[in-house]
Amino acid sequence: MTTPVKNPETKVKRPDESLFKRLTRQQLFIPVAALALLVLFNLIADPSFFMVTMKENSLGNPVLSGNIISVLDNASELVILAIGMTLVTASSGGQDISVGATMTIAGSVILRLVCGGQVNADTMQMNLFLAVFIGIVVSMCFGAFNGALVACFNIQPMVATLIMYTAGRSIAAWINNNQLPIINDVAFKYAGTFLPGIPVPTPVFITILMIAVFWLVLKFTNLGLYTQSVGINPNSSRLNGLNPRMIKLLTYVILGVCVAVAGYIRISRSGSINYSRNAENIEMDAILAVALGGNALSGGKFNIYGSILGAYVIQFLTTTLYKYEVPSTALPAYKAVVVILLVVLSAPVVREKLASMKKVPAKAVKEVS
Amino acid sequence: MKKILSIALAAAMSLSLVACGGGEKAPAGGSASSTPPTGGASSSGASSSTPVSSGEPITVGVINNDPNESGYRTANDAAMRATFTEENGYKATFYNNNDAAQQIATAQQMIQDEVDFLLLSPASTTGWDTVLQDAQAAGTQVILFDRMLEADESMYAAAVVSDMPAEGKTAVDWLAAQGLDEYNIIHIQGHMGSDAQLGRTGALDEKVAAEASWNYVTQQTADWDESTARTITQSVIDSGKPFNVIYAENNGMARGAVAALDAAGITHGKGGDVIVMGFDSDKWAFEAVLEGSWNYMGLCNPLQADTVDGIIKDLMAGKAPAQKIIYTPEQGFDCDTLTQADVDTYGT
Repeated sequence: MTTPVKNPETKVKRPDESLFKRLTRQQLFIPVAALALLVLFNLIADPSFFMVTMKENSLGNPVLSGNIISVLDNASELVILAIGMTLVTASSGGQDISVGATMTIAGSVILRLVCGGQVNADTMQMNLFLAVFIGIVVSMCFGAFNGALVACFNIQPMVATLIMYTAGRSIAAWINNNQLPIINDVAFKYAGTFLPGIPVPTPVFITILMIAVFWLVLKFTNLGLYTQSVGINPNSSRLNGLNPRMIKLLTYVILGVCVAVAGYIRISRSGSINYSRNAENIEMDAILAVALGGNALSGGKFNIYGSILGAYVIQFLTTTLYKYEVPSTALPAYKAVVVILLVVLSAPVVREKLASMKKVPAKAVKEVS
Repeated sequence: MKKILSIALAAAMSLSLVACGGGEKAPAGGSASSTPPTGGASSSGASSSTPVSSGEPITVGVINNDPNESGYRTANDAAMRATFTEENGYKATFYNNNDAAQQIATAQQMIQDEVDFLLLSPASTTGWDTVLQDAQAAGTQVILFDRMLEADESMYAAAVVSDMPAEGKTAVDWLAAQGLDEYNIIHIQGHMGSDAQLGRTGALDEKVAAEASWNYVTQQTADWDESTARTITQSVIDSGKPFNVIYAENNGMARGAVAALDAAGITHGKGGDVIVMGFDSDKWAFEAVLEGSWNYMGLCNPLQADTVDGIIKDLMAGKAPAQKIIYTPEQGFDCDTLTQADVDTYGT
């Protein structure tokens, strides 16, 4: 009921349609194809890219190491953000550009609590779960602030979230009195590195958990359906008894939860924070992930699995570029080229064109045979 | 009627802007704070040229980088703010931004406001010619702190800076003295074009070009960012290329690189497989060297405020500083010689 309604055309399998055409109609075609292309490129260029080895980390734990593990590990924050961003995009037809800044706020709050106001703490001063919970609540409040501007004051989402985008990092610095606190407790870093005795990075598990939670929520509640209908037409949803304001606000609060979890993973990787650089530009990658997943950025129908795949595509691309030693300053330019290609290819106009182009050679082959 | 209304609206808007500026205490990227409470009119009469020393406060404009960029900058900014206070006889305006263009625009504004001294830590070494000329024409004295820029010595009154090329050279000489058979270096650079990056990169580039046994495994900029540094190091580890030196141009990036080493179980520091080198003055980094987790830290002293204060007092008394360029005393520390006393003296 709540899983996105598939394009009715794809359900009717017309016999004269080629397999290619039917595939390209699928929403997940672009991210899957992009991922397959990247895998293929790496297989041809250097198969050792996929090598995964077992090593022992400095704490004596066995850990898996390799590019694929790096992709899964480093994509975690982006995947979690992309889930929330998809909901926000679907309900309000706009994007939250403040997620990097609010991630920094959440991280700053958590660090402040576990460090207990010290600049350099060796042990946690507060129960970690409580600290993370408070971080999530704070982040939900900032989400609600953004959501209220969008839902109640009808401000363009990008303009509304510009406020937190600009002010967020200052607020994060202010929370910690402009100091850069450091926590040296090994237990704090479990979430960003490895749990003792488990060779897979913890962020991978957190990501799986978040995906599972959203899968369940979308399956067993009407959130998905309501979000879509509000995104497609808020007025008719209102006439049908939905409260569009409430739903839009809710999606921003849900994004707040995603932001806090991502922010926690990010700071627990190192146990410290750098306000001006923490998760810089991650909002752009999150929006890209939504677009790559074939979701309309103008809202309405959505598919969170597309966005999740999109996020992995972006990280796969980044890791590949690092592997071939593309200078990190040039990275955004290379990314942009690939992204332009993908986005243009996924545009409905181009896909229609491609599908009709494919028809002719398909017929020609038939005639020859 | 309409006109009156629009004037009132404009007044309300500007008032609210002022209120916003005053309320924002957190010094963050791009926010100017602490405007003189009495307005510009009172100071303009007395200070058209170099002011006569009297009870009147000395007006200074301080242009610095974003204090959140690194622990070094936090300490540097805090020291400036602690020194140039009303109690010490200053009326100071602070501006923090990592964008040189924004810094230049603000500098020009400050010169127009006729500050007595412009204290400058430029985000880039070039592009400051007009500012320096305008300052000279307006009778504003420019004092550089922390970072140099490319200009003739006559264009500024004094410079209290870190000798970045010397920092780089000290570090590279130390590394050469370790006597490794082969140097396979992961070089993680700072913000490209900044004085610190140019100085620290320059010495290493020279050595790598000169010696056959010195090689870069990778040379990338992480823009002072810890997590980018971690990603760069991780990708080298994943590629399986051998390396035995990490030369990170600040402590945060060295820390990021070490996180990647730890995750892969590669030993580092004293007696480890990989030599870890960082720069700046953070206390936690000193402690990492003391523990032997890192091998080397090049001190970059962030506390120039007192020296600058002294120079201003001298200039006000009509004394020119003995040297135009004053280098803050700096040295390199390694895990074999660092003592707790050094950590307490130099750590910030």
